[in-house]
Formats: sequence, C-alpha cells, structure tokens
Amino acid sequence: MIVLPIIFQFIAGTVLLFFWQKSNIQKVLSILFSMTGLAIGIWLFLLVWENGIMVTQSGDWKAPFGISFVADTFGVTMVLLSSISGLAVSIFSAGSMRKERLDFGFFPIFHFLIMGLQGAFLTGDIFNLYVWFEVVIIASFVLLTLGGKKSQLEGAIKYVSLNLLASTLFLIAIGFIYGLTGSLNMADLAIKLDNVQNRGLVSVTSGIFLVAFGIKSAIFPMYFWLPASYHTPPPAVSAIFAGLLTKLGIYAMLRTFTLLFGGDEFMGDIMVVLAALTILSGGLGALLQQNMGKIFGYLIICHIGFLIAGLGMYTELAIMGTVFYLIHDIIVKTNLFLVSGLILKINGTQDIRELGGMYKNFPLLSLLMAIPLFSLVGIPPLSGFWAKIFLIQAGLETKDYVLIGFIVLGSFLTLWVIARVWGEVFWKKGEHLPKKANGLYFSQMSKTDQWLMVFPIVLLSGISLYIGFGAENVIILSQRISSELMDPSGYIEAVLGLKTMNP
Amino acid sequence: MEILLIIIIGLLHAGGLYMLLRRSMFKMIIGLILLGNGANLLIFLLGRLVKGKPPVMEDGMKVFADIYADPLPQALVLTAIVIGFGLQSFAIILIRRVYNVLNTDDLDDLNSTDEEI
Repeated sequence: MIVLPIIFQFIAGTVLLFFWQKSNIQKVLSILFSMTGLAIGIWLFLLVWENGIMVTQSGDWKAPFGISFVADTFGVTMVLLSSISGLAVSIFSAGSMRKERLDFGFFPIFHFLIMGLQGAFLTGDIFNLYVWFEVVIIASFVLLTLGGKKSQLEGAIKYVSLNLLASTLFLIAIGFIYGLTGSLNMADLAIKLDNVQNRGLVSVTSGIFLVAFGIKSAIFPMYFWLPASYHTPPPAVSAIFAGLLTKLGIYAMLRTFTLLFGGDEFMGDIMVVLAALTILSGGLGALLQQNMGKIFGYLIICHIGFLIAGLGMYTELAIMGTVFYLIHDIIVKTNLFLVSGLILKINGTQDIRELGGMYKNFPLLSLLMAIPLFSLVGIPPLSGFWAKIFLIQAGLETKDYVLIGFIVLGSFLTLWVIARVWGEVFWKKGEHLPKKANGLYFSQMSKTDQWLMVFPIVLLSGISLYIGFGAENVIILSQRISSELMDPSGYIEAVLGLKTMNP
Repeated sequence: MEILLIIIIGLLHAGGLYMLLRRSMFKMIIGLILLGNGANLLIFLLGRLVKGKPPVMEDGMKVFADIYADPLPQALVLTAIVIGFGLQSFAIILIRRVYNVLNTDDLDDLNSTDEEI
C-alpha cells in the first residue's frame, strides 16, 4: 500500500517506453501520469497524517529480516514535494524540450528518476536506500548527458565520477554498519548501534556517511562538481536536479544522523563548521558568476549550508527550521531553474551581462518571476523568511553565535546576488540581442507551448506563496516531523512490530 | 584467510585511490572499478567468514545448532556487483563518447564548463 507511489511511477515509466519516439503521446501521458502521481502523493500524505506512521513489510518478512517500507510524516512530505516538482517539470519539459531529446526517452527516464527518489524517501532499510540512490543516479546520468552537447559531456564526466565515488563510500559505510550490528533495518540499527561497545568505529562510520552524503548534497569541500555540471543540461533537467537531487542527500543525512547516530556532539560540531563554510563559499561563488545557471547553482550550495546548519545544532527547534527550509527550498529551487529556462527561451542567452529589459517587455511575467527570486532571499512574508527565523532562534538557544553570523551573512549574500540578477536582467536597458538561427524562441512558439512553460512557474509560485502566507500550517507540519525525528521511538515501534500493516 | 583478505582490500583501495588521482580519464575509471571491488570484498569480510558451514538446517531441526555462514553479505555483494557493473559500463561509454567529441583523455583539458563565459 505504501509502495503505491513507487509502483505507479515504475508503471508510468514502462508505459512511456512503449511510445518510443512518439513524443506528442509521451507529453500528454507524462503530464497525466504526473498528475495521478501527485494525487497519490496527496492521498498517502493525508493517510499518514491521520493514522500516524505506516509500515509495509515486503514479502511479509518480519521486520529486522525483510525490507521494510516506512511512511512516516517526513517521508510522505518528501514524496508529496517530489511529485509536485515532478508535475511542474513534466509540464515545463513538454513545452520546452527539444524533439531530439524527447525522442531519446526523456520522459520514461524522468519517471524512473522520480520513482528512485520516492523509493528512497519511503524505504526503511539502509541497503535498500543505497539501491534507490543508484536508481536515482543512473537516471540522472542519462538525463544529464541526453543530447550529447560538448559542455554536457564535460559536466557529466565530473558528475558521474564523483557520484560513483560517493556511492562506493556509502557502500563501505554500510559494510561497516553490518559488521558492527549484523542488521540493515534502520529501526533495528537505531537500537543496536546504541549498544555497540566500539564507539570509535561507530564515529568513523558516521564520518564515512557524512562524506558520502556530503558529496551527493554538495557541502563545502565536496561541491565542485555541482557548478561544473548543473547548468549544462536543459533547464527542465537542471530544475529537477536542483530541486530534488541534492535534497536527497540532505534527506539521507537527516535520516541517518537522527535515527542512527543521533546526538553525536563531535559530528554536530563538524557539521556546524561545514555549514558555515558552505554558506560562505556558495554565496561568494554566486557573486562572481555571470551565467544565470551557474549563479543559481552556487545559490543551491549556499542554501544547502542552511540545511546542514540546522542539523548540526541538533535541537528540536533547529531540526524544525531545517525541515521548513527543506520544504521551501525544494519548491523555490525547482521554480528558479524553470524561470532561468524561460528567460533562456525568451532571450536565447543566460549571460546576465547581455540580458536586460525583461521588465519593460514582459511586465506580468517579470512580476511572476519576482516571487521565487524574492522568496529565496527571504523577504517577509515570503517563504524563505520563516525558515530562517527558526534557524536563527535555534542558534540563539544553543549559543552558536558565529553560525548565526554566517546565516545572516548568507542571507545577505543571497540578497546581493538576487538584486544583481534583478537589476541586470529585468531593469537594465535591454540591448537588441542577435538572434541565433538554430534556436526556437519563445515568441515563435505556439500558444500551447507558451502556456505549458508559464503554467508550472505559476503553480510553484502559488505554492511558495502558500508556504509564506499559510506558514502556520507548514509550521505544524515541520513541528510534527521534527518531533518524530528527534524521538525515533515511534518509528522503531511501528517498524519492529506493534502496528504492522500489510498491503 | 582474514589477513589475506584485509591485505587485498587495502591494496585495492590504495590502488583505486592512486588511479583516481591520475589525470587520465581512463585511469580514473579503472580506479573507480578497483575501489568498487574493494568495497564489495569489505562487505564480504565484515559479514564474518565461516568455512564449510552452509546456512542449511539439518532434517528435523527447527533452529541452527551450530555457527553458520551468513548468507546476507553474499546477497548484498551480488546486488552491489550488478549495480556497479551497470554504472561502470555507463561511465566507460561516456568516456569513449567524450574522447570522440573532445579528442582528449586528459582531465585538465575539461575545464570549459568552469571557465567564466
């Protein structure tokens, strides 16, 4: 029952494979599948919201032996967010993606990617998490290289090699954990790891996990692959990568460092330091760049720092701030790359020195684009504001004043970057750009395609406005998630017996 | 046997890391493959080695009377090998394609995406 989103996406991908090279049918089907996927996501979310944590034991093997799928509030929230981003990107790519790319199976792979993500969010077994990670990265490799442009291939080499390394490290860490406890079920591990005598080895294992997930989520010393590769594929692909792939690393970190290695002070201190450096390097990097894709790529890194900061402080308030930020960030980052894609389609370039005059020529579109840009900065009452309030409040409680300084500095750098983008792209007097012969411009597109590109931005902007103005609901949700994460006894009880539900 | 495996795992990891740090793309992939094999052997070793005791119960028994070989690490290693094979073959094809398009095997030449344009 819980695995329904995963199975559904698998069926969606497989059905789409039958329509190889029939891109018009694929477009319609993919949007329909994504909508159904969103409906399933909402249904599962409401079910878990009413009934609490639900568990499916695959093959009916009892908990520590078989693979458990666990739907707790955090997991289903992530599933819901991934289906929202999935729907937006699916609509956007139906409008904007070139036919060559669609013919080589963009949509089937895209649905397999979403399947991998949702599997990772719902699994309760650490080796199974590894398998879902691999599903995600192999799908992302294909999406990244699809089209085979020179810059794409160059970016892909860096992306592929570092992700392979991260997977190997993850596997090594799983090997250590299995050697220490003889179990792979995360709920079972949470109990058994506390009783392990060899604390040194447990710390080393958690360090390997930190490095492996750190490469995936692009934290400070391991982020160089991200700005080198994220701007190379088409914007629709970058959007799904930006919104969900780095956040998958954060999800895995939140899961392992609360459930398995909860409250390890040494790792907490390391994370706080890494967070500060990540914020600083991401923000400064974004200031230097001239290409919009790269600017937003560095901003991803900067905001990953905020997420790690909350995890590093490790209080209930800090985790709550992190979860709120995560919800806000997935929606806004996806939207941001869609915006940059739209700007690329309108003007044919992403270089902010050449762009200009957007506000004069497209006033309504510009107002729409202002929503994601300014909620990223966190101008109250937009969505980024609330998350930062909680992080700063948590920092005051734990007396991490230096970290607060970095969070404020990071927000300031973001403001600077966004103001620069806004000034250069929207307000600056636009020069007449030379039209490239081979590209299809926004003005030449059919009305349907134009709407297909604008609608997802409207949808995601609406959701981020809701996160901003309806913040009290999101706060209740994040509070529930953080209390579940900080006190894993409910999770453990649900998995290891007592409340088992079969599909 | 454990000592031998430990030495092999150490060598595989050391060799893998050394190859990863080279500038040639082809050697980088070889490094990743060596590292992956090292990780697989590590899981196998950490699941404890037991010789000649298959995890099969004798007739009429309900529980294992004696220590037995853990079948789970073998299943894990098998899964990891299959996944690793898929990823590595993708990486090799990618490198071949990059070599065709860019006509270089040197990682230091792949810096156009980092340049400020």
